[in-house]
Amino acid sequence: MSAHAVAVKAASKVFNQGKSNEVHALDEIDLTVEDGEFITLIGPSGCGKSTLLRLIAALTEPTGGEVEVKGKSAEQARLDQDYGMAFQRAGLFDWRTVSKNIELPLELMGWSRGDRVRRAGEMLELVKLPEFGGHHPSELSGGMQQRVAIARSLAFSPSLLLMDEPFGALDEMTREHMQDELLRIWSETHTTVVFVTHSIPEAAYLSSRVVVMSPRPGRIATIVDVDLGDRSDDTREDPAFFEKVTEVREALRAVESA
Amino acid sequence: MTQILGRLRRSTAPVIAGVVIVVGWELALLILNPGGFVLPPPSDIIGAVFENWSEVFDAARNTGFIIVTGLVVGVLVGVAAALLVTRFRLANEVITPLAVSLNAVPIIALAPIFNAWFGLLSPRSNQAIVVVLVFFPIFINTAKGLTQVEPSQIELMESYAAGKWTITREVRIPNAMPFFFTALKLSTSLAVIAAIVAEYFGGRQDALGPLITQSAGLTRYADAWAAVLAGTVIGGMLYVLTGALERVAMPWHTSMRADQQSN
Ligand SMILES: Nc1ncnc2c1ncn2[C@@H]1O[C@H](COP(=O)(O)OP(=O)(O)OP(=O)(O)O)[C@@H](O)[C@H]1O
Ligand SMILES: [Mg+2]
Repeated sequence: MSAHAVAVKAASKVFNQGKSNEVHALDEIDLTVEDGEFITLIGPSGCGKSTLLRLIAALTEPTGGEVEVKGKSAEQARLDQDYGMAFQRAGLFDWRTVSKNIELPLELMGWSRGDRVRRAGEMLELVKLPEFGGHHPSELSGGMQQRVAIARSLAFSPSLLLMDEPFGALDEMTREHMQDELLRIWSETHTTVVFVTHSIPEAAYLSSRVVVMSPRPGRIATIVDVDLGDRSDDTREDPAFFEKVTEVREALRAVESA
Repeated sequence: MTQILGRLRRSTAPVIAGVVIVVGWELALLILNPGGFVLPPPSDIIGAVFENWSEVFDAARNTGFIIVTGLVVGVLVGVAAALLVTRFRLANEVITPLAVSLNAVPIIALAPIFNAWFGLLSPRSNQAIVVVLVFFPIFINTAKGLTQVEPSQIELMESYAAGKWTITREVRIPNAMPFFFTALKLSTSLAVIAAIVAEYFGGRQDALGPLITQSAGLTRYADAWAAVLAGTVIGGMLYVLTGALERVAMPWHTSMRADQQSN
């Protein structure tokens, strides 16, 4: 397929248009994401990162411009279940056990019971919660809930993953572990990832391109290319890595002071 | 084990309180001896229950039937209306204002009118009163539970391309469960009151309402109280049943877990 994984063309989003509480969340965003690419969105709070992700997911419509996913309209891609999404808030269902939460998308896609149970088990191993399958989400800590939500978004191996600060509530060690697992899944499955984060090192570590956004209205300020090759624990101590961290930090500082 | 102990402790406190009240009541009447029979001692009431066992039992069964059937129909109609209203905009525009204006009507005051409609001795009018009275809290609370869903949970389902009915089944209905059961508990006591008061005005004569009015009219106060006691027992049984249903329907519910842990 020659089409881009994601093509955002001059997309704008205005909330409450024409009313006194009008908000220009996004202004003429142009962004293409290639198949198999891992990009992160970073920027000050309220600059429209979540909104951009929700435009790509067709959970909200642009007020201007258009969004294509895999060469079709974002809405068609949503109906075709072309992406998996992990939201900023875990959004687990309290009435389902942890396992059943992970099985939910599989259920909706018509997987057999046996396949679902096996897959949920694998996913729980992946996020290091194998013994919590039978618990209800309210019995888990915030970070554990987030890991379940990540497992749920990965369960059906979508070819496009949209993740909104998925590691926000994790402690540093779990976070690094999840980053490495995500990179492993990404390279093994040739998934395309669009990943929102507040963490500069996380952005530099994970992605091939860091999209730095500026607020009010949300725009793309700069895109920092990161070419660090295969990541490993050594990467986190590599001077080239720190250079990229600095570059992203400076881009962000420029945005904040503007 | 600690859970069982906790549950025991929770249920013993009200039992002890009940015993204290009943014994205190008996003793107070014995000591103060106010004369007259307006407030008979508990022993007389229990005695009256045994003495007129078949009369009290039949009356309780007949009123119980009205309460349960009225409750079931009222709950079904209320839930169905709530589902329609949250699913179809047109239904919302028609049913909601109707239900709200219905709620402003003092339904119990309609009992004599309902009797005129259904026939003075027909239990249908009493059932209808219970249905109408139960409908409103069930409808409003269930509708609230079906709509007050976290937006991100709806978005998650939309991200799976789930349709409206799937979202209703997987998210809205489970979300509405606690709201529904709160309303159901309220409705059980409403239904008992509604049925007995409606019976004051008409319906079957071998029921708790007439038993209370007739006994009181004949100054057989212990019998009247025996009928009230029977109504209380029906209400209590319904409450316990509702609680059991709630635990079966919502094993995940945190408020229950929370009060288990607090023991
Ligand atoms: N549904 C909505 N209605 C009105 N305004 C909204 C809505 N969603 C977002 N906004 C506004 O759009 C702007 C961008 O919000 P968005 O959630 O995309 O920011 P963000 O970059 O994800 O922020 P954060 O880093 O805090 O998550 C904000 O000013 C917000 O108030
Ligand atoms: Mg956000």
